[in-house]
Amino acid sequence: MTEQTASKSEAEVIADLDAFAELPDAPPKRKFRLTWVGYTSCAVVVFWLAICFIGPSIAPFHEMDMDGDDSFLDAYSGEYGSFHLGTDYLGRDTLSRVLYGARNTIGISLAATLIAYLIGITLGILAAVKGGWIDMGISRVNDAILALPTIMLGLIVIAALGSSIPILIGTAAVIYATSVFRISRALGQDIMVQDYVEVAHTRGEGIWWIIRAEVLPNAAMPLATDFGLRLVFVVLFISSLSFLGLGVQPPASDWGSMVRDNLQGLTYGSWAAIWPALAIASFTIAINLIVDDISAKSGGSLAKKMV
Amino acid sequence: MEKDKLFEVKDLRISAYNDEGEEIPIVKGVSFDIHKGEVVALIGESGSGKTTISLATLAYTKPGLHFTGGECQLFGKDVLSMPPLGQRDLRGGNVAYLAQSAAATFNPAITINEQVTEAAVLHGRLTQAEANKRAIELYHALELPDADRIGYRYPHQVSGGQLQRLMAAMALCSKPDLMVLDEPTTALDVTTQIEVLKAFKKVIREQNSAAIYVTHDLAVVAQVADHIVVLYSGEVMEQGSADQIINNPQHAYTKRLMAAARPKPTAGMGVQVGDEHHREADNMRVEDMTAGYGGIVDGEPVVPILRDINISVKNGHVVGVIGESGCGKSTLARVMAGMLPPARGDILLDDKKLKGSLLDRRLDELQKVQFVFQMADTALNPKQLIGNIIGRPLEFYHGLTGKEKHAKVSEILDMVELPPAFASRYPMELSGGQKQRVNLARSLAANPEVMLCDEVTSALDSIVGANVIKLLTGLRDKTGVSFVFISHDLSTVASFADEIVVLYAGRVVEQGPTDEVLEPPFHPYTRLLISSVPEMRIGWLEDTMQKREMAVGIARGVEITRQGCPFYNRCPLAIEGTCEVKIPAILELEKGHQISCHLSLEQLLETEAETQKILHGFEKVGDEDQFSTAH
Repeated sequence: MTEQTASKSEAEVIADLDAFAELPDAPPKRKFRLTWVGYTSCAVVVFWLAICFIGPSIAPFHEMDMDGDDSFLDAYSGEYGSFHLGTDYLGRDTLSRVLYGARNTIGISLAATLIAYLIGITLGILAAVKGGWIDMGISRVNDAILALPTIMLGLIVIAALGSSIPILIGTAAVIYATSVFRISRALGQDIMVQDYVEVAHTRGEGIWWIIRAEVLPNAAMPLATDFGLRLVFVVLFISSLSFLGLGVQPPASDWGSMVRDNLQGLTYGSWAAIWPALAIASFTIAINLIVDDISAKSGGSLAKKMV
Repeated sequence: MEKDKLFEVKDLRISAYNDEGEEIPIVKGVSFDIHKGEVVALIGESGSGKTTISLATLAYTKPGLHFTGGECQLFGKDVLSMPPLGQRDLRGGNVAYLAQSAAATFNPAITINEQVTEAAVLHGRLTQAEANKRAIELYHALELPDADRIGYRYPHQVSGGQLQRLMAAMALCSKPDLMVLDEPTTALDVTTQIEVLKAFKKVIREQNSAAIYVTHDLAVVAQVADHIVVLYSGEVMEQGSADQIINNPQHAYTKRLMAAARPKPTAGMGVQVGDEHHREADNMRVEDMTAGYGGIVDGEPVVPILRDINISVKNGHVVGVIGESGCGKSTLARVMAGMLPPARGDILLDDKKLKGSLLDRRLDELQKVQFVFQMADTALNPKQLIGNIIGRPLEFYHGLTGKEKHAKVSEILDMVELPPAFASRYPMELSGGQKQRVNLARSLAANPEVMLCDEVTSALDSIVGANVIKLLTGLRDKTGVSFVFISHDLSTVASFADEIVVLYAGRVVEQGPTDEVLEPPFHPYTRLLISSVPEMRIGWLEDTMQKREMAVGIARGVEITRQGCPFYNRCPLAIEGTCEVKIPAILELEKGHQISCHLSLEQLLETEAETQKILHGFEKVGDEDQFSTAH
């Protein structure tokens, strides 16, 4: 038997044991850092959010300024000055309309998603915590709404009530609240059976304390990640409604309707439809990348829960 | 040692990299040899790198770890530098791995036989027909019931101990040169552990295969190992033959491990109660309580678990509740805590009746009875700071806020021997033992009269567990709180409890002061439990297997019966025609010692004397085992 020489002497090992009474504890891990992809995506999102506020003031033209018949002009070719991204089918400056449109597209989506979250989380956690017939009642109604195709539902509601921005926001919020409800209910149910919630029960804690201190902090991270995804869906939903002519009404600009209106320009080699499409893509992809990055940092398990 | 050298681990080094890219060595130059037909045990606490080393023999590391040096040679060929295809052949072919939990290893949707034979067929070592034949031979060798047909069952249709043995069959089917067993009996009850150990040992001998046995339990190692490697923090502290390590350990760390190993439960080993808190008043009492799950119909639970339970917890006493899994130990604690309202019977606190459901109990009643959950990992909210976790009961029950609360939290942390700085940590940033201390601290913060501890040491290593027990003993003396201590580990309970309640299939079969319960006369079930606790003595397993109660008792699971004595089908002394029909009366012995059995006191004592006579037959001269020689 070959005798081994350990790097620590016998006395040192025993001293170690006495000092800790057990093996050294896990090191504090509280650092949360995004990768460069995450940082870049954050920059893109921050950029668009800034545009929502300052877009109209830095735009070279008003979104409704028309330049006569000079539709689908190339960049820097008009007589009224330089159109940095050319003009659209009515001869309006594309850059200005993208800058103005950010406010509508992102603003409406953000408002709709926030409201969807408010409704979804409230009802979802309520259903998970209360259970029984409350859960049953809310869940069945929710299932019924989920069963309808989103665009169809949106079309019907808007056809009946007319297209205005509050109605757009309300429709999108209700439609997307259903999936938020499902996720928060599932998360809530998962957490409600954890031992620490049972500890709170045995302590005699009330329902609100359990929701606030035990359930919500543990559901917050997955829900925040989901918020990003949901926002993307709403952007696309609003854009598709606008594309169908039921979203934001002309002459106000929004990215979805800009793509639709300028599609014919593609045949003339105009970029007018490409720019708003790129804007939608950059915003939604950036949000998705942030979500992915956060999810990867939390062990990838979040992404699975989302799907 | 001029046997064939089968496997050689040479200066093995494995490291992890942290976020900053710094190298953190996990295994720091470990070397040992494995010869043909030899069982090498790797022992150490969690974090000592024992599993990492055992996996290295399969040329595998867990994600995030990297081999940074050394060799693992199978028949003189390094497996770490093999091409991936060669390594694939090695795994499950030459070297087979048995994970700790059989339940998690088997796919529940595929029959056992398919899974047992899969590796052998996949590696082209046997045809399906040959593999099936070999599997059945192995089932016989492992003494599985209904060996010819057990392979057609699904994993959920066999018991935990059987599944563990089936996993051994899975590993052995392809006739591996080396088996790696990672804590294969740690999660099992003592009675099941014996059954599994016996089968493993027999089959390893018969197949003449070599094995690496990873565990933290020295008593188990003493039964199976030929050679022992003691690890601490990724380094070999000491290695040598089993005989030398067990009987003559050299290194201080090995001695420390031996000291923390479970001693044989005997009378008189318990801590005596300090007088200052010792009042003969009952703190909490359970009277004629029946409880179960699935709702209550006509005063009887649909799925009955506990029946006619009578126990009392005296002020400042520790009541140990023992029994195998499935006996209703946790259910008892849950009923006492009010988490499960009983179908019949009363729970009394300080002679006042408590409501069955905790929703109906008053706040001060809830505060006086605190439940401590088994798994600190899940019982502590990962998003709350330790300070808030411990502070909440203070605020909730006692209205402490601000500085007062903060000071009290530090005081409580000090009581459980944790630094006050831990208040600003999250549970994730603590080790297993520390989390368990926080878990206890939270209950302490409520300033309870009774603490219900559900298997609080079961998930911990022997050294860490022993420290927690030491802590609990100190707390009892300091605060005078009473404990109901639930455990399946008799030696832990014996070292700590003033009174023991033995539960079997939802009934109290024996109870009384610790010293009385651990002395004859025994209920046959208590006898079985005591005999099943492994001793740190080479050859103990063989001796024990010759005892009569082992032959009848170990191979069966717990069944809850509606009539008669539930232990009937495992009892070596069962009286046919009586035991399975009538519920046994309670024998009242001295000092409140009660045994629930149809046999008379004389009969129980007589069989005990007989057992001792048989035991003396193979007890070595000069053996200091006081239990076997004292009577």
